Amino acid sequence: MIELQNVAMSYGGGDLLSEMSLKLVPGSFHFLTGPSGAGKTTFLKLCYAELLPSTGVLALFGQDARAMTRDQIAEMRQKIGVVHQDCQFLDHLSVAENVALPLSVTGRAVDHGELAELLSWVGLRAQSSALPPQLSGGERQRAALARAVMMSPEVILADEPTGNLDWEMSLRLLNLLVELNRMGKTVVIATHDLNLIRAAKSQVSARVLRIANRRLQLAGADL
Amino acid sequence: MGRVLAIFTGGAGPAARVVPPTGFTARLTLLTAAAMAFLAVFALALSLATGRLAERWSEALARSATIRISAPAEQLEAQTRAVLEVLATTPGIESYRALDADEMKALLQPWFGPDLPVDALPLPQLVEITETSAGIDAEGLRLRLSAEAPGALLDDHARWRRPLVAAAGRLRLLGLLSLVLIGGAMAGMITLAAQAALAANAQVIRTLRLVGARDAFIARAFVRRFTLRGLGGALIGTALGMAAVAAQPAADEAGGFLTGLGFAGAGWLWPLVIPPLAAAVAFGATQFAAFRVLREVR
Repeated sequence: MIELQNVAMSYGGGDLLSEMSLKLVPGSFHFLTGPSGAGKTTFLKLCYAELLPSTGVLALFGQDARAMTRDQIAEMRQKIGVVHQDCQFLDHLSVAENVALPLSVTGRAVDHGELAELLSWVGLRAQSSALPPQLSGGERQRAALARAVMMSPEVILADEPTGNLDWEMSLRLLNLLVELNRMGKTVVIATHDLNLIRAAKSQVSARVLRIANRRLQLAGADL
Repeated sequence: MGRVLAIFTGGAGPAARVVPPTGFTARLTLLTAAAMAFLAVFALALSLATGRLAERWSEALARSATIRISAPAEQLEAQTRAVLEVLATTPGIESYRALDADEMKALLQPWFGPDLPVDALPLPQLVEITETSAGIDAEGLRLRLSAEAPGALLDDHARWRRPLVAAAGRLRLLGLLSLVLIGGAMAGMITLAAQAALAANAQVIRTLRLVGARDAFIARAFVRRFTLRGLGGALIGTALGMAAVAAQPAADEAGGFLTGLGFAGAGWLWPLVIPPLAAAVAFGATQFAAFRVLREVR
C-alpha cells in the first residue's frame, strides 16, 4: 500500500529524514510521534507524494512515486484521505460542498443522502450550509475528516488532527478514526500528544512509531 | 477549437464553482479585453479603409490622365484646339474635355479661397482624359503633342499614383500589424491577470490537488473564467468601437481622408470576428498560465 525502503529526505543540503523503512499494510493503525520539527509532517507528505524522497524507494499502491505522472498522483490521492492540522478549505463553498469536493473534482455524482449521513457522523449536519470561516477549530477538523473519508479512501493520514482541540473533542475525533479503522481503513496519526495515544489503547491495536534523530523507530511495544 | 467551444456549451459545472467568484483580476481582464477590442475595431477600420482607398486611387488614377497646356495667352486657344484634335484621333481614349474657368477655380479654391480672380492669372489650360480599359500609348501621344502643341504636357499620373498606392498599402499593413500587436498585448495582459489569479488562489489549487483533482480540472476552472471574461470584455469593446466608428462624420461633410475611416457594406461584419478571437486568445493565454503555475504545485 505505502512502502518506504531506506528513504532519505534532504532539503537545503541537510538531511531531514534518513534510512526510513516502513510498510503500511491494509487495516493497520499507526501513531507517529516525535518532538516538534522531528519530521512527522515531512514523513506524511512523502506518503501522499507531496514530497519525493531524495534517495531510497517510495512505493505508493505498488507504483514508484518518482515515476508517477501528475495525473497518476491525482488518482493515487483519491485513495488517500489527508487531514491537516491547519485544514484548508475553499472558503467560498459551503461545508457540504467542501466535504463533497473529492467527488466533485473527479466528476462523480454526489449522493446527497450519503453526504448528509457523513455530516451527521462528524456532527456537522447543522453546519452543512455554513461557510468554512464560520466554523470553530474543532468543527474544521471534523469537516476535514469528513472530506478525507468522502471518497472512501484506503488510507487516512492525519497530521496533528487534535492540535487545536480540547480533550473532549480530541477523543471524539479519535473515536471517528478508530471507527474508520474498524471499517478496514489504514490510519496514520501524527501526534505528539501521548494522552491521545494512551486513550486509543483501549480501543484499537496500534503501532507507535517515533521519529528521532531523523530516523524512524518503533517506540516500545504495540498498543 | 472544440475545447474553446466546450467552455461555452459545457455550462457552469463543478470546475466553474471551485474558483472564488470575485477579484481584481476579473475586472482587469474585462477592462483589458474591452480596451483591446475597442482599439482592434479602429485598427480593422483603418486597415479596411486604406485597402479601399488604395484600390480606389489605383483604379481611378490608372484610367485617367491630364494634359497641361502652358503657352502665351495669345497661343493658348490655338494649342488647346490642336490638342483636342490630336485626342480625337488617338486610340484608347474614352472621353476628353478641356476644363472651363469655373472648374479651374474649383480646383484652386482649397488653396486660394473662393474669391480667386482666375481670369487675371496666367493659368495653364487643363484637358482631362478618361482612358478605355485598353489604355493609351503615352509615349506615342507625347510625341504627337510635342509636334502639334509644343506647350502641351501629358501627365498620366504614374509619378504620384505609385507612391500614393504604396502609402495606402503600407497603411493597410500597419493596420494589420496593429491588430496583431493588439492581440499580442491582450494575450500578455490576460496571461499576467491569469497568473495573478492563480497565485492569489494558490491555497485553492493546493487544496484541489490534495483531494485528487487533476491539472486539467483545475486549469479548466480558471480557463473557463478567463475565456468568458475575455469574451465579455471584447463584446463590450467591439460594440463601443463600432458605435464610435459609426459616429464618425460622413465623408461628404468634411471631404478629408480620415472621414473615410470606417466600414462599408459587408465590412461591418468584420468587427464581429473580434470577440471570438479575443476569447480564443484568452483561452490560450490562461491555459498557458495555468499549466505553468500548476507545475509548481505537486
